Amino acid sequence: MADFSTLKNPQLESRLYTARASFTLLVVLLMLGVLLWRYHDLQINRHQDFATLADNNRILVRALPPARGLIYDRNGVLLADNRPGFTLSIVVERTKNLEQLLSDVGELLAFKDSELARFEKLAKRRRPYESVPLRFNLSEAEQALIAVNEHRLSGVEVSAQLIREYPLGPELAHVLGYTGRINERELKRFDPKRYKGSHMTGKTGLEKFYEDQLLGEVGYEHVETNARGRVMRVLERTDPVPGADLQLYLDSRLQKVAIDALGEERGAVVALDTKTGGVLALASMPSYDPNLFVTGISTKAYQALTGSPAQPLFDRALRGQYPPGSTVKPVFGLAALDSGTVTMGYRIYDPGFYQLENKEHKYRDWKRGGHGSKISLYDGIVQSCDVYFYDVGFRAGIDVLHDYGTRFGYGKKTGIDLPAEAQGIMPSRDWKQGARGRAWYPGDTINVSIGQGFMLATPLQMAVAVSRLATRGEVREPQLVSTVGNEAVVAVSQPAMIEIPERYWDLVLDSMVGVVRDLRGTARRAVGKIDYTMAGKTGTAQVVGIKQDEKYDASKLAKLQLDHALFIAFAPVENPRIAVAVIVENGEHGSSTAAPVARDLISAYFKYYPDPVETGEVEEGDALLAPSSPIESAHESG
Amino acid sequence: MSQGDFERSLKEHGSTVYGERKSWLALRVDVPLLLLLLLLMAIGIFVLYSASGQDLNYVKRQSIFMGIGLFAMLVVAQFDPRFMQRWAFVLYIGGVGLLIAVIFVGVGAKGAQRWLDLGFFRFQPSEVLKVAVPLMLSSYLGQRVLPPRFKHVFVALLLIGTPAILVGIQPDLGTALLIFAAGFFVLFLSGLGITYLLGALFFALSVAPVFWFYLLRDYQKTRILTLLDPQSDKLGAGWNIIQSTTAIGAGGSSGKGWMQGTQSQLDFLPESHTDFIIAVLSEEFGFTGVLCLLLVYVLIILRGLMISINAQSMFSRLLAGSITLTFFVYIFVNMGMVSGILPVVGVPLPMVSYGGTSIVTLLLGFGMLMAVSKEKKRMGEQL
Repeated sequence: MADFSTLKNPQLESRLYTARASFTLLVVLLMLGVLLWRYHDLQINRHQDFATLADNNRILVRALPPARGLIYDRNGVLLADNRPGFTLSIVVERTKNLEQLLSDVGELLAFKDSELARFEKLAKRRRPYESVPLRFNLSEAEQALIAVNEHRLSGVEVSAQLIREYPLGPELAHVLGYTGRINERELKRFDPKRYKGSHMTGKTGLEKFYEDQLLGEVGYEHVETNARGRVMRVLERTDPVPGADLQLYLDSRLQKVAIDALGEERGAVVALDTKTGGVLALASMPSYDPNLFVTGISTKAYQALTGSPAQPLFDRALRGQYPPGSTVKPVFGLAALDSGTVTMGYRIYDPGFYQLENKEHKYRDWKRGGHGSKISLYDGIVQSCDVYFYDVGFRAGIDVLHDYGTRFGYGKKTGIDLPAEAQGIMPSRDWKQGARGRAWYPGDTINVSIGQGFMLATPLQMAVAVSRLATRGEVREPQLVSTVGNEAVVAVSQPAMIEIPERYWDLVLDSMVGVVRDLRGTARRAVGKIDYTMAGKTGTAQVVGIKQDEKYDASKLAKLQLDHALFIAFAPVENPRIAVAVIVENGEHGSSTAAPVARDLISAYFKYYPDPVETGEVEEGDALLAPSSPIESAHESG
Repeated sequence: MSQGDFERSLKEHGSTVYGERKSWLALRVDVPLLLLLLLLMAIGIFVLYSASGQDLNYVKRQSIFMGIGLFAMLVVAQFDPRFMQRWAFVLYIGGVGLLIAVIFVGVGAKGAQRWLDLGFFRFQPSEVLKVAVPLMLSSYLGQRVLPPRFKHVFVALLLIGTPAILVGIQPDLGTALLIFAAGFFVLFLSGLGITYLLGALFFALSVAPVFWFYLLRDYQKTRILTLLDPQSDKLGAGWNIIQSTTAIGAGGSSGKGWMQGTQSQLDFLPESHTDFIIAVLSEEFGFTGVLCLLLVYVLIILRGLMISINAQSMFSRLLAGSITLTFFVYIFVNMGMVSGILPVVGVPLPMVSYGGTSIVTLLLGFGMLMAVSKEKKRMGEQL
């Protein structure tokens, strides 16, 4: 027999193999069991979780930002528009070499560090294939640069969205304000749902005041995307509701006339429609280009604006507080009459100054040597006699002046639909006690009686006051916006007016007509010939105090120390439709610089609106008086 | 079985074979295995159409490969196993030679040098070894007294190790693993002693750190680390696993329906038509679909093991067993990695994943299995 160990034993081997194969089969089945357990766990036990994950993967909810409401002037001229703006973004997954790409793009567009930092921050949080914005508001030149170099900028995308634009630029900057990128503080205050998808919000002006109406409602879109973020189909869509359009009372042509009339001067012009309280023009010069702020103003440009001594960012019409000067005389004249302080026939002698009993101090009249004897209220207003009002004001007392001043709107916010309106000051005993901690002195009353001293008012307040004079006491809040969307804004008007006897009104308004028409009227020469009737009042607001016995000498004063020129007016006298207040900073006399501005504006108004628009019901007689149609006449004659 | 019984049984067989011989057209085919494979291919084509994003080109090319594979399978099925045993070393040495050639003149992609460029097509020598290694091992150990002695085990390990390492350094971990598994199964089925197995385990544990620190490339380490915590690198290495487990889980019990899987149809799933195709099947046909596929696989494995147990020589048994078990390794590694319980290695899902090479190689293996299954009859024929 041979050694068994070196001979093959088929039977033994067959049994050995069968045993091994059976064992491996067992292992195979066991491992299959592991696979089954795993798939069962994923597909049955955790199915819900993964189904949700898969849906989250593919379904993306995209916010659809609403188009911001547009703003039109009263004739439909577009004042605030939305133009498409372009954003440069990068899809990191599609770039070959991100750093190289960033440096290439950087060569073309010159990034700021802040832009790169923001990009890197956003890039870390992105979904795969999501585009990350790098530069907003590409200029056309920049777009062209990118387009030309597109072949070597793979991964770069340029996309469009709407950006606010103000076609008239600086002309309406203070009225419209501007929109800007939402900042951290606003982000905390805003309802995040409403602002989903919007990056911009109104920062100042109407844009801020009417933010809620202009914004619109955000829409949503459930879209199915593939792994590269490309939208495959829209599953569900809720359209955004565009913001409401605003229509203003303002006429951009009148606004332009006002600005042109101011010329190079610093100042403000406010024109109100006396029938409605609608603001026809609201100018503050110098101004700035609000479009700069929409796209994010450069530090240099911003510093140029804030550093300018002319303060272009400052809204003089709304926030500039000036002594109203002699423009308050008609109001205080009415106060003196209506309070019974003096009668309509009261006259004084004006030697050129006024002195309180037993006091040395002389309150000067602007006219050296005075206006002479027998100065009545009419003369006082027409010639702007200070001494008359020193006398009458002192007799009436501060309480009466405060009472009537307040009724004409001084010292109170006008309630215009713009943010950050200044309040002005209509001084009173209480006010002085509170603000200055001092008792009221008789001398204070004398200063206030010619609109100086503690008294301050904004040009808008002056316009409101002259509008109330024109309408014989009708109280209306000035209003910029006439309609929001399709709904007319009901102007807040309180017909509960200032009850003053007609004859007092007649006297005061007559004397205001005298200001522009009487031979001795302070604005007669400045206004010149006009083909309509107009009532006005000049004013001069002191910038620097004049010492006792010192003469105001313009030649010795620097331009910035010169008096401010003021003028208030309304027209036509019989049926007033427009009320205007003008201030020209350092313009010296109201008559010489401010009155022509008001006249130009009112003349333009009558040119554009020659006939009064009847807002009330049509009177019965109108239909009968209507001329018969020319066709009918032709028939008759034929 | 006594000698007499054996001879009698041979005669019986002989008579049946004699009848077959008259019809020279008759092919030697294992019908159950063939039917199961055809069913599997049908499933594969069906899933591939959806996974490729309804691209008929993929289906067409895959069908052509399947046709080539089936033809190759039928050809190989006609071989006499003893012929294969005799010439195994030629295929083996040729294959290893080609692997060495790859090192010097191979072409690569994605940092791995795996191909030989033959001008008209690219050829991956490592695929040859998937067949050549079990063939060589079975041939070598089939002639030895079993269980193998130390000397034979040593030689066998050399025969496995040389090509496995050559492929591993390309690097192609998936194929190296399959080659190693195919060889190891031959060794194990041949009755490798328990002491060797324990020794191997000990050895494996001791060289693991060496592997980790010196041999594995960074991307391979990442794959292993990713397995432990896919969330650690959501957009990079973890992305594949997160997306594939999501797809599988989202399928639920009955699936979203053919071509309705959002993960695969919207491109969230990477490699959806190749290595990760099981995720498409899982998402669109659910756990039911997975069960059906596994059932077909299990039936094929059972048939393969049955053939191996009934085979006439030790060579045939070892070869058939190794081929069947390697087939299982494909399934387990692929389904394990896609479902996130194994690291990502490039192993396709047999007969379902898109790719001509693996289909042809697999079908060649099944051809050998069929050759083994018909061996009995041929023995009768020769008597």
